Amino acid sequence: MALSGLFLVFFLGQHATINLSSVISPETFNSWSHFMGYNPVVQYILQPILIAGVIVHFVMGIVLELQNRKARNVRYAQYKGGANAPWVSRNMILTGLVVLAFLGLHFYDFWVPEMAYKYIEANPEDPTRYHHELVEKFLSPARVGIYVVSFVLLALHLWHGFASSFQSMGVNNKYSPAIRNFTRLYAIVVPLIFIFIALYHHFNHTH
Amino acid sequence: MGSLDSKVPAGPLADKWTKHKNDINLVNPANKRNIDIIVVGTGLAGGSAAATLAELGYNVKTFCYQDSPRRAHSIAAQGGINAAKNYQGDGDSPYRLFYDTIKGGDYRSREANVYRLAEESVNIIDQCVAQGVPFAREYGGLLDNRSFGGVLVSRTFYAKGQTGQQLLLGAYAAMNRQINRGKIKAHNRHEMLDLVIVDGKARGIIARNLVTGAIERHSAHAVVLASGGYGNVFYLSTNAMGSNVTAAWRAHRRGAYFANPCFTQIHPTCIPVSGDHQSKLTLMSESLRNDGRIWVPKRKEDAEAIREGKLKPTQLKEEDRDYYLERRYPAFGNLVPRDVASRAAKERCDAGFGVNKTGEAVYLDFSAAIERYGKEKALTSGIENPDKETITRLGEEVVAAKYGNLFQMYEKIVDENPYKTPMMIYPAVHYTMGGLWVDYNLQTTIPGCYAAGEANFSDHGANRLGASALMQGLADGYFVLPYTIGDYLSDDIRTGPISTDSKEFEEAENTVRERMQSLLDTKGTKSVDYFHKKLGKIMWNKCGMSRNEKELKEAIAEISALREEFYKEVSIPGGMDEMNQELEKAGRVADFLELGELFAKDALQRNESCGGHFREEYQTPEGEALRDDKNFRYVSAWEYKGEPKDAVLHKEELEFENIELKTRSYK
Amino acid sequence: MKLLLKIWRQKNNDSKGKLVEYPISGIEGDMSFLEMLDVLNQELIEKGEEPVVFDHDCREGICGSCSLQINGEPHGPDRLITTCQLHMRKFNDGDTIVIEPFRATAFPVIKDLMIDRSAFDRIQQAGGYISVNTSGNTVDANAIPVEKDKADASFNAATCIGCGACVAACKNASAMLFTSAKVSQFALLPQGQVEAAERVQNMVRQMDLEGFGNCTNTGACEVECPKGISLENIARMNREYLTASARG
Repeated sequence: MALSGLFLVFFLGQHATINLSSVISPETFNSWSHFMGYNPVVQYILQPILIAGVIVHFVMGIVLELQNRKARNVRYAQYKGGANAPWVSRNMILTGLVVLAFLGLHFYDFWVPEMAYKYIEANPEDPTRYHHELVEKFLSPARVGIYVVSFVLLALHLWHGFASSFQSMGVNNKYSPAIRNFTRLYAIVVPLIFIFIALYHHFNHTH
Repeated sequence: MGSLDSKVPAGPLADKWTKHKNDINLVNPANKRNIDIIVVGTGLAGGSAAATLAELGYNVKTFCYQDSPRRAHSIAAQGGINAAKNYQGDGDSPYRLFYDTIKGGDYRSREANVYRLAEESVNIIDQCVAQGVPFAREYGGLLDNRSFGGVLVSRTFYAKGQTGQQLLLGAYAAMNRQINRGKIKAHNRHEMLDLVIVDGKARGIIARNLVTGAIERHSAHAVVLASGGYGNVFYLSTNAMGSNVTAAWRAHRRGAYFANPCFTQIHPTCIPVSGDHQSKLTLMSESLRNDGRIWVPKRKEDAEAIREGKLKPTQLKEEDRDYYLERRYPAFGNLVPRDVASRAAKERCDAGFGVNKTGEAVYLDFSAAIERYGKEKALTSGIENPDKETITRLGEEVVAAKYGNLFQMYEKIVDENPYKTPMMIYPAVHYTMGGLWVDYNLQTTIPGCYAAGEANFSDHGANRLGASALMQGLADGYFVLPYTIGDYLSDDIRTGPISTDSKEFEEAENTVRERMQSLLDTKGTKSVDYFHKKLGKIMWNKCGMSRNEKELKEAIAEISALREEFYKEVSIPGGMDEMNQELEKAGRVADFLELGELFAKDALQRNESCGGHFREEYQTPEGEALRDDKNFRYVSAWEYKGEPKDAVLHKEELEFENIELKTRSYK
Repeated sequence: MKLLLKIWRQKNNDSKGKLVEYPISGIEGDMSFLEMLDVLNQELIEKGEEPVVFDHDCREGICGSCSLQINGEPHGPDRLITTCQLHMRKFNDGDTIVIEPFRATAFPVIKDLMIDRSAFDRIQQAGGYISVNTSGNTVDANAIPVEKDKADASFNAATCIGCGACVAACKNASAMLFTSAKVSQFALLPQGQVEAAERVQNMVRQMDLEGFGNCTNTGACEVECPKGISLENIARMNREYLTASARG
């Protein structure tokens, strides 16, 4: 859980960086995107690993949740979870499932057309198409709304999950407070970047 | 009246144990596999004995009423464990530990046993460290020591205020290792209800599974009773709620003599009783007396005003306070032994100077210590001319570092801040020196039935020194019993498994069933606790910190009458074949009702004051204990004859060849 | 004080339980929570009803017998104490108090509020010890120096009383804090090194076999632990476990 999570956290950072370039320079964004889309190492090694990472993370998450529910076969009549643990840490499955649902949408929006474009329709390479494809997606206010909500939940998921992965891997020492601060900063900043990008494109291109 | 053979080996004191170990018979490893041993109680003594016996190769079955061996009441011991390691280089030696223990026990213990205890004390520390018990350490990485009341050296090893817990968890871990190997079968939530004797030898027990209510027969070649003390005969004590005398008492009914029942330790620093609802008392470590000063108001009017809440102790001027221990015992002051400190508190409260609403409490005041430490700390921190607030703050920090957990515990219970207002304390029943009589081999008067730890009459004479109970429990279990029991079992290598189908088992099981059934059938109107509380009041008022002939006689009559009422009026809901906590308690209280009477009878026959036993008729003009070595230098061991009033006294005369008998003086 | 108690009553593990209401009065602030239950039980006995069964023994917070989920929290609303140390002054006149057993599949109910925590014993039996015989010939205690910080950390881990509040508080009913406290005690001491890898693997395997849930680092255990056992121990156990597994 921790390892796959950390891997996804790393990917998220990378993804945010590339996306951020879309508001700074469409050219850079296009060239990075093109590299990601056609480099064989990325396409045939990193992409399957990433997909595996996502699958492992959510399958394990669901398996863990089921095991954990089984570990308490009779529920408490009264259970004051808020008295001893933050909401985010107790609701990872909830935030995780929302993020997963978003991921479905995201795949439908970008990855499926991309795969179709490249491998089914076998269209020729076009290193300049990415930026306007991206911008077009953010025209719909509904999609932007979903996008924003999902990233708020992702932030909550990361707020607990990122720091938690260190604890799971046995890192708890004098650096832990610093690590925790960094992970929390990351948990806020990265989703904020995505939200910013979505809003930026939405408001810059609708009028 | 007969005499008892203690089986102390001949030879010089220091060589007895080594020589004995060389002389006794051993059982070879292959034969040990065919021998079963039952251990009842899994505290320090029982747990360590079970682990060691299993490690040697015997098949061990343990029994405890708790849900896990780890919960035995040894876990609550706070202060530490003594050992004559002389790590501090302050002149300690096994002889000095031996001497201090004999003197502290007011010359009512057996020299040879105590010397062996002192000798083995050093091995205990080695063993426990090897097991991973996290004792307190100095910055150099070596073990730290603290000093305790009544002695002149630093020999107490400790793990903060949880030494008993750490040692018990060590013994529990050793047990777990043997359980994992299949050498110990642990029967938790089981209570021993009778001892089975076949052909004059202890061959098993009858136990009740407390979860299902099933009565079970368990056989063995020997039975070890390590079931703790009987302080709960007083109802209120620092013992656990479940601590009881039943295992020892049922063995007593089957022929094991009960020794010195009246020797009870009343610990001076406990949190006072707050009301009738109180179910147990909490000890505050003796170490507090190192820095706390004990006092009551000098004038009765002030004490009354405090009791009524009109006056606060902090408002009382220095000259209006009576630091009665410092006044009476200038040499030892607040650090007099436990029995002396307890009696002095009772004397002041009886005279009307008590300071809580029940009138049974004295102050333990840390303000002087806070000021002293604060000034020291200010000096060492380079603060010149510190103001009063700074001193208090610094002093409180030092006191918190030393006793923080105890202060916190006090505040939780009493709801007062002991840094700002003096603590209230009062003596409470804490430990029982008396118990099953055992010889040098820890065997009771029933062959094959052994007693270890607080359950035996032990090595503490008439008063136990602080940090010695843990030492004795572990010495008995780890280092004494495993040797001496082998000597006895060497005769049993061809016996084979003991059948539980014999008529003796049948008879014992029936006795147990009938007893319980008759209790259930009583269908009276009063709960078990009603009787237990009443018994406790009688014991506390008439057999407590000071005793006299008249009251002891009254106590005997009252307990006897209460016992009769119990069998007519007790009400126990539920049945036998199920979990039934009231039925469990009823069995225990029934035994306490017999023991209590024997206790008073023992106190009545001992016409002297020694250690925890203070007879008002036998005191010096200054109110100090007056021992009578000419007539009472013996262990009283009682033989069961039905009613406690018919119990027969046997004496084991105590020989002192290595120590000169002196009057204890702490002036 | 007058209170309304809602107490879980269950005949035995095979039967279904339910919350039963008991009004109670005459409760004083100086009473401990268990003494309040004593009062109730005396009333029940006088009425010829069966008293409420609950585990308790030392009543000074060290034996770990007492448990009870009180108003949704193990050992009640106060911190760093066990139920026996909880005093009624923490409640107000007219309060309703819900009292349930600690709940976990690995802690089946025996009767009413009493549970079976023998799973904890079995975890300890799987490796919670140092294999050393009682010979009287082990090396001198001071031949094994231990850094003071490590000795203190080991002690802090060793103060676990095995009450099960960590499991009860955890939304996953995980026993990681309990198991890691024992693993840590030995992992921090030189004496514990020889069997360290085997110990952590065996204890974790047993913990999983008992049916406890997984640790998701919510930290509820640390907050509710009456002895303040730190989450650092869980990290240490994870580390020990990962290195032991990597070494094979």
